Amino acid sequence: MTNPTTPLVRIRGLTKIFGGQRALDGVDLTIMPGEVHGLLGENGSGKSTLIKVLSGFHTPDGGTLEVAGRDVPLPLLPGQHRSLGFEFVHQDLGLVPSLSVTENLMLGEIAASRKAAYSWRAARERAAKMFARYDVDIDPDATVERIRPVDRAMLAIVRAVESIRDGAAASGDAGANMLVLDEPTVFLPKQEVGQLFSLVKRITSDGSSVLFVSHDLDEVREITDRVTVLRDGHTSGSAVTSETSGRELVTMIIGRELAEHPHETSATTATGRDVVLSVRGLSHGPLQDVSFDLHEGEVLGFAGLVGSGYEEVVYSLFGASPGATGAISAGDRTVDIANLTPRRAMSLGMALVPGDRKNAGSVGTLSLGENMNLTVLDRYFRGWRLRHGTMRDNVRQLVTEFDVRPALPDLEYGSFSGGNQQKALMAKWQQIQPKVLLLHEPTQGVDVGARQQIFDMIRGSTATGATICASSEYEQLETICDRVGIFVRGRLVTFVTGDDITKARIADLCHGQASAPVPAP
Amino acid sequence: MNEERGADMTTVRKDVETPEAAGPSTDTAAGTAADPAEKAARRRPTGRLEAMALPLTWLAVIIVFSIVETDTFFTSANAASILASQAVLVVVTLGLIVPLIAGDFDLSIGAVVGMSALIIAILNAQHGWSIWAAILVALIAGIVVGLVNGALTVLLGIDSLIVTLGMSTLLAGVALWISGANTITGVDQTLIDIVISYRLFGIPLEFYYAIIFALILWYVFAFTPLGQRLLVVGRNREVARLSGMRVSTLRIGALVTSAFVAALGGVLIAGTSGSAGPTTGLDLLLPAFAAAFLGSTTIKPGRFNPWGTVIAVYFLVTGITGLQLLGLQSFVQNIFYGGALILAVSFSQIIRRRRMKRGV
Repeated sequence: MTNPTTPLVRIRGLTKIFGGQRALDGVDLTIMPGEVHGLLGENGSGKSTLIKVLSGFHTPDGGTLEVAGRDVPLPLLPGQHRSLGFEFVHQDLGLVPSLSVTENLMLGEIAASRKAAYSWRAARERAAKMFARYDVDIDPDATVERIRPVDRAMLAIVRAVESIRDGAAASGDAGANMLVLDEPTVFLPKQEVGQLFSLVKRITSDGSSVLFVSHDLDEVREITDRVTVLRDGHTSGSAVTSETSGRELVTMIIGRELAEHPHETSATTATGRDVVLSVRGLSHGPLQDVSFDLHEGEVLGFAGLVGSGYEEVVYSLFGASPGATGAISAGDRTVDIANLTPRRAMSLGMALVPGDRKNAGSVGTLSLGENMNLTVLDRYFRGWRLRHGTMRDNVRQLVTEFDVRPALPDLEYGSFSGGNQQKALMAKWQQIQPKVLLLHEPTQGVDVGARQQIFDMIRGSTATGATICASSEYEQLETICDRVGIFVRGRLVTFVTGDDITKARIADLCHGQASAPVPAP
Repeated sequence: MNEERGADMTTVRKDVETPEAAGPSTDTAAGTAADPAEKAARRRPTGRLEAMALPLTWLAVIIVFSIVETDTFFTSANAASILASQAVLVVVTLGLIVPLIAGDFDLSIGAVVGMSALIIAILNAQHGWSIWAAILVALIAGIVVGLVNGALTVLLGIDSLIVTLGMSTLLAGVALWISGANTITGVDQTLIDIVISYRLFGIPLEFYYAIIFALILWYVFAFTPLGQRLLVVGRNREVARLSGMRVSTLRIGALVTSAFVAALGGVLIAGTSGSAGPTTGLDLLLPAFAAAFLGSTTIKPGRFNPWGTVIAVYFLVTGITGLQLLGLQSFVQNIFYGGALILAVSFSQIIRRRRMKRGV
């Protein structure tokens, strides 16, 4: 057994530099045996980089790691985390939805097995025993896509813990192990989270530790023994959870006191200009009954924590993700969101620049011009032929205007840099002069210079319409928005307007509301 | 659906912490950003050579065989024979590239050719229908097969490979049944006349039909919004959908087109041989795929394209004919087509890998 006073994991001065920026800047983290340790921090605070160092994905630029009192040289080799007794369960769980519970559970074993025959009956029995041991009630024969989300999460956790045990048994080094849970509850219904927590507690009862990464302060306070908070790549503090208030945690996360009046602005505050789009009762996935008006010339930002659904709004409004309900009115037309398709949304004057540029926004293997002209092809079909010359001229003019470099329409889109790709996509949609421009993470993977140009483009397009921008970068919202809507657990709870829009204020509201009861809509 | 995207988004968000995102300063970022793209632009000439590789090889093959077999290969009769005899394959392959461009496979084309030819032979020769009525029924049957393929593939979301493979076998079975395992002869001479008997510059009309069809397809893909849309649907359905395209309609349309064109191919076969049997058309499937993929390495490398397809068909046929005239047995045909398919796909893959490497 590990001596309970020796930390299971001790990280000191961990540093990781990306292109001159310090993603981690001397991070300290100590995890004791048998504890649930919370890891908190905003987006970009370094949580995921830290985890990727532990899994051997990133090579750190400095720092030391001790496991159960012994020095372990960094970087870790790929797969080395197993022999150290670390296992990871990420948000996507890493399950194969179309296979059975047993098959998923034994995936690693099957991959490693050298036996010619594999006994499914024995595997099934072992699965049932395993679940019984953890007091989890999952049918080993069920298909993973058919079981409840919480059962999926618990399956992934049981699998990870078992994999640690097997590793420990193989190396004869039992006792020192740690399960890393990276945002395991984001997609779970609230009422099911409790079951997952019981499982976590059972795992720690035999001396294992759990590193619990989450945005949800309530959950962190419920399940963890101690917490470490990261901010801008530093360890901003460590605390015993039961001795720390939610308020103190938020202070550590955002680096100062939470502002006093989180509720002063209301949903009705607006610019007073004409309404170009009104949304009523939008529900979809995490989103519940979201209603708001968008005004002419306005840049409306949406913010929230991971899982709050803030980014889902732009996709639902464009008819891009089927299953949404509610109604939208644009001009004198009212449309049921359930019947909305991207095509109809475009006819209502909407345009969407999705956050996933590579898979949803563009075709990397087609040329810049082909990508940009997608929405306006019909304009260039005159005299029974596509006017390629005119199209090229038009693209050349657009890329010059929006400073896409190099200004070569025939070049493959995929060979442009992130910033230039994004500018080109913005220019593509400018061509249809949208009344409502919907953006998700418009400056993701975009260099600093292009970022400013994209802000200018957003401002420019707002001269002829309005923009909704869902973003996890509060600073960006502060720069470009007239009004910012805050989402907490699927509800649009409040707006900030005008000078109140600051990075700090948005962070306050996203977090402040997260630990306060959700007000009725 | 929603959950999936949510998960995607998070993965992307994690990537924010990668070097590219944390790019240093404005000037250097813009400066280095332009570099790889411009390098790629400068690399153009090699691209042109790539585009002309197959036509040049074809020319070389023709020259070699003409020197070696001056008496048999290098004759106008042989040229006319090569050009006309493969017109059906050209037409069927051109039809095939439509769903291939739109991102779906159609393995039923060979069977549809046979079904169409058989319908014409049975209705016209056995039941005494007028040849035009028989052709009409054959073409409608083609469209129906295409609609079924399209509906199962697109509306039910089954892989087109499976749907059309099943359809192919099913139609082959039906053909065996309705033909009573016999070859049915006696198709109206009118059809035979307008397909192979009448000649222009010594080449049967069949060849010109194929060329006219290639022209039409070239027009659609190069000069209409429809062609551009099909291309985008084939490359990335999500992008196409989010750009307001009717993705389902386009995909179904593409599968209907390939089946309809295969039915036209059946008409040409019925007109060429004046008959149809239970296995007519089935042997066209592999050559069509070989030619389509080989064609995608030329003229517009990396894209299925009509002229590349035409050249690929004739390149393959020239090689086979030349070797057969040298005295090689008919097995050379399968070796040639099968080998060409594998080589063509390997080449496309190598090109794609290289592009991906130099891409950002």
